[in-house]
Amino acid sequence: MQRRFSAFNVVSVALGLAFLYLPIAILVIYSFNASRLVMVWGGWSTRWYLALLDDQDMRDAAVASFAIATASAAAATVLGTCAAFALTRLGRFRGRASFAAMIYAPLVMPEVITGLSLLLMFVAADVDRGFVTVTAAHTTLTMCFVTVVVQSRLAAFDRSLEEAAMDLGCPPARTFLTVTLPLIAPAVIAGFLLAFSLSLDDLVIASFTTGPGATTLPMRIYSEVRLGVKPEINAICTILVAVVAVAIFAAAIVSRRAREGETAGLPAK
Amino acid sequence: MRRGFAPWTDPSVRPLVRFEAVTKRFGGVVAVDRLDLDIYEGEFFALLGPSGCGKTTLLRMLAGFERPDEGCVRLGGDDIARVPPYRRPVNMMFQSYALFPHLTVAGNVAFGLKQDRVPRREIEARVAEMLALVKLDGMAGRKPHQLSGGQRQRVALARSLAKRPKVLLLDEPLAALDKKLREETQFELMDLQKRLGTTFVIVTHDQEEAMTVAHRIAVMDRGRLAQVATPQQLYEEPASRWVAGFIGDVNLLEGAVVAVDAQGVAIGGAGGRRYRVAAAACPVRPGQQVAVALRPEKLRLAAEKPEGVGENCVAGRVGDIAYLGDVSLYKIRLDDGAVVTASRANASRLTDRAIAWDDQVWLTWTPDAGILLTG
Amino acid sequence: MDARNAMSAGWGARLVLWAPYLWLVAFFLVPFLIVIKISLSQAAIALPPYVPTLDLAAGWSGLKTFVAGIGLDSYRTLISDDIYALSYLKSLEVATVSTAILLVIGYPIAYGMARAPRRLQAVLVMLVILPFWTSFLIRVYAWINILQTDGLLNRVLADLGIIHAPVAWLSSDTAIYIGVVYSYLPFMVLPLYATLEKMDETLLEAAADLGAPRWKAFWQVTVPLSLPGIGAGALLCFIPITGEFVIPDLLGGSETLMIGQTLWTEFFANKDWPVASAIAVVLLLLLVVPIAVYQNLQMRSVEGGS
Repeated sequence: MQRRFSAFNVVSVALGLAFLYLPIAILVIYSFNASRLVMVWGGWSTRWYLALLDDQDMRDAAVASFAIATASAAAATVLGTCAAFALTRLGRFRGRASFAAMIYAPLVMPEVITGLSLLLMFVAADVDRGFVTVTAAHTTLTMCFVTVVVQSRLAAFDRSLEEAAMDLGCPPARTFLTVTLPLIAPAVIAGFLLAFSLSLDDLVIASFTTGPGATTLPMRIYSEVRLGVKPEINAICTILVAVVAVAIFAAAIVSRRAREGETAGLPAK
Repeated sequence: MRRGFAPWTDPSVRPLVRFEAVTKRFGGVVAVDRLDLDIYEGEFFALLGPSGCGKTTLLRMLAGFERPDEGCVRLGGDDIARVPPYRRPVNMMFQSYALFPHLTVAGNVAFGLKQDRVPRREIEARVAEMLALVKLDGMAGRKPHQLSGGQRQRVALARSLAKRPKVLLLDEPLAALDKKLREETQFELMDLQKRLGTTFVIVTHDQEEAMTVAHRIAVMDRGRLAQVATPQQLYEEPASRWVAGFIGDVNLLEGAVVAVDAQGVAIGGAGGRRYRVAAAACPVRPGQQVAVALRPEKLRLAAEKPEGVGENCVAGRVGDIAYLGDVSLYKIRLDDGAVVTASRANASRLTDRAIAWDDQVWLTWTPDAGILLTG
Repeated sequence: MDARNAMSAGWGARLVLWAPYLWLVAFFLVPFLIVIKISLSQAAIALPPYVPTLDLAAGWSGLKTFVAGIGLDSYRTLISDDIYALSYLKSLEVATVSTAILLVIGYPIAYGMARAPRRLQAVLVMLVILPFWTSFLIRVYAWINILQTDGLLNRVLADLGIIHAPVAWLSSDTAIYIGVVYSYLPFMVLPLYATLEKMDETLLEAAADLGAPRWKAFWQVTVPLSLPGIGAGALLCFIPITGEFVIPDLLGGSETLMIGQTLWTEFFANKDWPVASAIAVVLLLLLVVPIAVYQNLQMRSVEGGS
């Protein structure tokens, strides 16, 4: 039976996507609005983008955010991939349930709780808050997302490829580097990008755990936004959306190319 | 062809592979149960049995992916239990082929050689040689996803032979192929094995396949060996009822030994029938419960009662006829309700069947056609 | 495959297990213990703004002063003042209602995606994920654009003649619901889609063959089979929504605050760390059961091969 993609289905999906994208589209359009007021369309203009360039605070915040995002995403990718391996390859080891519970908890935990608890710990440990603390906090939060992504790839991974490599003379460490890693790379990269964008985007945890000199972009946007809509904000948001969109397209292309190749090791069914 | 190749009969020849009282458990299940087996160099050896009998576990123990819980595995006399799979002179062709999708065909075949740090010139030469061997010249630059199923299988074979292993393990290599391709590949495998002289160990659940390719077959049942013999021995001299039933079709007529004399063993069967078997594989006593195993093609079918035949004769009605092209199978229902299968070659093209459904027929056989089974 | 034989032998396995484990103990578990401890302390004008602090250098007497200073004052505050209870109730109400709305809206979308031709599916998944990867804050902010008094929604409605004076969409519960549903939609759609996509279509054929019309087959076959996805999606939305801060802060009014806002206010505005910690502890206790159920679902899906 072919998949019956009925009219109702098409309408639901279309409406859903429209709902998701409309506000963003409006945002993007109004970032080019020459007029300051939303109600008035003043023609196309890039003045708000130029205004951004002059805004030193905004630029500093952007640099801080990107630095934190890169560092925390890198750490989260390493730790999250380790956790994914531990969960899929080590069988039923003692303490597996509590290990898994700790891994998955940040996925659902309200950010105010995580942020508060981390700040309290930093204070109790008398650690100066700033770049390092925010990075550590973001790593903790995003690690579980990486684990989920890598784990689902690992679960579908054909173990006989590793056995074949060992059978042909490859010791375990080299097998991991030359066979396993290249084949799960798309998932690892996707995990990195996910961690990166989650960090870039986070407001609550950053607010709790940051210190002087490490104000992030979302914090700056938030403080401006509380005072009302500002066109410069539209501009910075559009830039962020564009950056993320490009990253996702790149990731999708990479993973599609890789996925084609990976089902090829198997006999044709 | 294979005349005279029987190193297992020569006491001066040492086996290449030896399993000594090997046991393997998974959780509470015993997969391999105190198994002893010898495999000789240059053999094409088959491990045959129903699923769950432990044949794949045995193969994986030889490859190094499982370690025996008890007993030891010897290769060339040395205990290889502690040797990891990447250091054994044994290579495996996987059931799923397990081709590396991110490498080309040449890259796959060269993989094992690269691990041994063989110089590049030599690698290239060996890869070319292997691809020629499996008739895949010109495919070196392709990636696995660009190949057909049959081509991928050949790459897997070439890759596993590239290092010239002492033993090549094949894990149900032909399971994914259709019948025609499977038959062709079986002959190619036999050819290859004879040319290279490498010891092949194949795991299969298809008894026809095992009978076609192997010098000797080990029939396994629930972790134990039921019988290890050549295809002919397995068919004509099965060691037990189970083996007789597993290999090909067989009719089992139960009875009790009446007498043992110079002409063989006389058995009394149900309903006063008398059977005679020319020779018994092991000694029997009068009164012992035995079975006479008869292969369908050994039974002679007649529409009239044969004259003067007192023993090795049963009567019944034709219940079913299956026309298979080269032979016809007749299912005969005996008076006591038992069903016997007889097969007859359709030697004549014109179907001038003298025997039809519901006909009364008589089956006879010679004393040397029957096999006496005690177990 | 025998894990002992594989690459996970020896130090590799230990590293892969202990690195994330130790990190999480240090940055997840320990902080929680500290939250509990602080919730048992008193506020003080000091740095840090609570007493007692655990002075390990003071040795045994330090420990004794510490234990003596612990009290349930913060919790008594929570019970005595109504605003806290109202805040919790509001959060649970918002979370429950919006999860229900998300389910109703998200199910048809996920179902449509699961029925789409295969080649289209990857694109659809990407389109649904894309907003999720763009900034959460940005998406909420985008709604301010639309919902503000001189914003787009009022303008369109006025042009269409549906309203005659601008409606204050912002600073209302309606705005909160719109914001929440908008932001969490991918969290509902994706788990649902993952489950629906795996469903065997021949089951529907069997139902039809046995006499069930399409809508009956939907309720009696599709929905029960998609329960794991419904559960995962619902919990993935419900639990974080209870603690939401950004959305009610930017889009909501000031009548009753959600618990995330209350916590934020206590912590940043009132500098009452013990009470803020107590709020967090109670919130966590409220969520313990849903979180445990979610963990259970996750583990089961992992074991099933996800």
